[in-house]
Amino acid sequence: MRALAILLLVLAGLVPARAETLITSLSNHRVLINSNYTGTQIAVFGAIERDAQTVARATTYDVVVTVRGPHQFLTVREKERLGPVWINQEQQKFPSVPAYISVMTSRPITEITSEQLRQRQKIGLESIINANDFTYARDGADKPFREALHRLKTQEGLYIEDERGVTFLTSDIFRAAIPLPATAPPGNYEVDVTLFADTVILARTSTSFELVKTGFEERIGVVARDWSLLYGLATAAIAIFFGWLANVIFRRD
Amino acid sequence: MQIYLPIAEMPVSVLLILGMGAAVGFISGLFGIGGGFLMTPLLIFLGIPPAVAVATQSAQIVASSTTSVLSALRRNALDRKLGAILVAGGLVGSALGVWFFAAARRAGQLDLVIVVSYVTLFTVVGSLMLKESIREFWHRRKGGTVRLRRKAGEHAAYLGWPLRMRFYRSKLYVSVIPVVGLSLFIGFAGALLGIGGGFIVVPALLYIFRVPTTVVVGTSQLQIVCTTLVALILHAITNQAVDMVLAILLIVGGVFGAQFGARMGRHLRAELFRFLLALLLLAVGLRFGLELVLQPEEPFSISVQEVRS
Repeated sequence: MRALAILLLVLAGLVPARAETLITSLSNHRVLINSNYTGTQIAVFGAIERDAQTVARATTYDVVVTVRGPHQFLTVREKERLGPVWINQEQQKFPSVPAYISVMTSRPITEITSEQLRQRQKIGLESIINANDFTYARDGADKPFREALHRLKTQEGLYIEDERGVTFLTSDIFRAAIPLPATAPPGNYEVDVTLFADTVILARTSTSFELVKTGFEERIGVVARDWSLLYGLATAAIAIFFGWLANVIFRRD
Repeated sequence: MQIYLPIAEMPVSVLLILGMGAAVGFISGLFGIGGGFLMTPLLIFLGIPPAVAVATQSAQIVASSTTSVLSALRRNALDRKLGAILVAGGLVGSALGVWFFAAARRAGQLDLVIVVSYVTLFTVVGSLMLKESIREFWHRRKGGTVRLRRKAGEHAAYLGWPLRMRFYRSKLYVSVIPVVGLSLFIGFAGALLGIGGGFIVVPALLYIFRVPTTVVVGTSQLQIVCTTLVALILHAITNQAVDMVLAILLIVGGVFGAQFGARMGRHLRAELFRFLLALLLLAVGLRFGLELVLQPEEPFSISVQEVRS
């Protein structure tokens, strides 16, 4: 009996991280795309709860919100000179990478935690892109392709890093706004929230939201995929109809 | 005003697309070409995925060419027999082209195939036409008469191959073998490059077969309508990349542009017509050529293979 009690005490001492719990909520779990959709914003709210035994920390909390969009098979190609022309030569395949990644933090990520932890836990855009499972390693030859993907996706506004993206409303309540550009593809978006204090991870939650086409946009997509012949014929009919219509309108000459 | 494209999965400006449709439609109606070689790069420039751009603008070509064919029919400026042969061969060529398009897309070399084909076709066809045009102007300067009508016995040898056929409207009596060959090639190139093939048909009919300019535009448009119609449906089935919303916007702009273009084309002198067409083709060819030769600012590019969710 006493041995059990000691064991419990030791266990309790081993897992102090359980002292804080993280509660998060999204403003929307299902974003609908209609004909005038031009992108949107999703708000993440979070509260940090401390149980009664835990003493208040000397340092403040830090929060990292990571959002990953639907996965895509991407190929990055590099144009190289071949005789007089520039053509795609080298390429690097990225078999399953998020079409969209955004990392929102409460302060610069380098100040939140160590590089080793960031790499191990894939915290921050750079660590996600440089992770081993992001693409095949090829003795450093993959490096420029990872950088190119990072650069191009950032230019498209699909890979985002915002070191002031998370704001603390009080010392233990925070919010973050996830910007979703119109080019972010429909699909499932995973939202990971990680709580830090003193460069250590205290708690983690993950949730998700869905970006879906609705109404007319959804039906068109379904018809184009499942009844492709009918869809092609319908488009052709529309084209011929308009051609004929314009001819009738301009008949007077 | 922005509208969301359901297949391209991105929003575009309605007015911009309508304007682009009208401008390209105007050029199409003027020269009897499809105009796809102008529209496809414009759409890709806007950020629309290349496969969607190529597949969708074929709907616009169908529409603007339909209106051109109808007005040509009314004025009897169309050789039905020649058109029918071009169409039949073009259909076979189209099927091959769409199949090759899907294969090149899988191999990841679609961009290269498209750019290289554009450059070769345009610079070759454009320079030949320009040379001819300048010679014509030169002759006229020296007081000579311009003669595009053939002299007796001036035919190229391949026009005299067996299976000769008479085309009354075009004032032709030639072997069908080069005609069928031309139509196969046009269908193939059209489906592959998302172009109606008009810019090959028009110069070929003008210079190889010496068909009168007035008949060339209508006949070429007839061929374009039929092959592009098939290409459109095949694209919808094979690549599922036809965006109906984008198509309708392009069509509405395109058909009106084409009508104005066709009207203006009737008041254009024949040699000026050929000169302008030559310049247009050369300009487009050079633009793509430069892209191939100049060092790119960003050597890297991303392409999406498939969406996994």
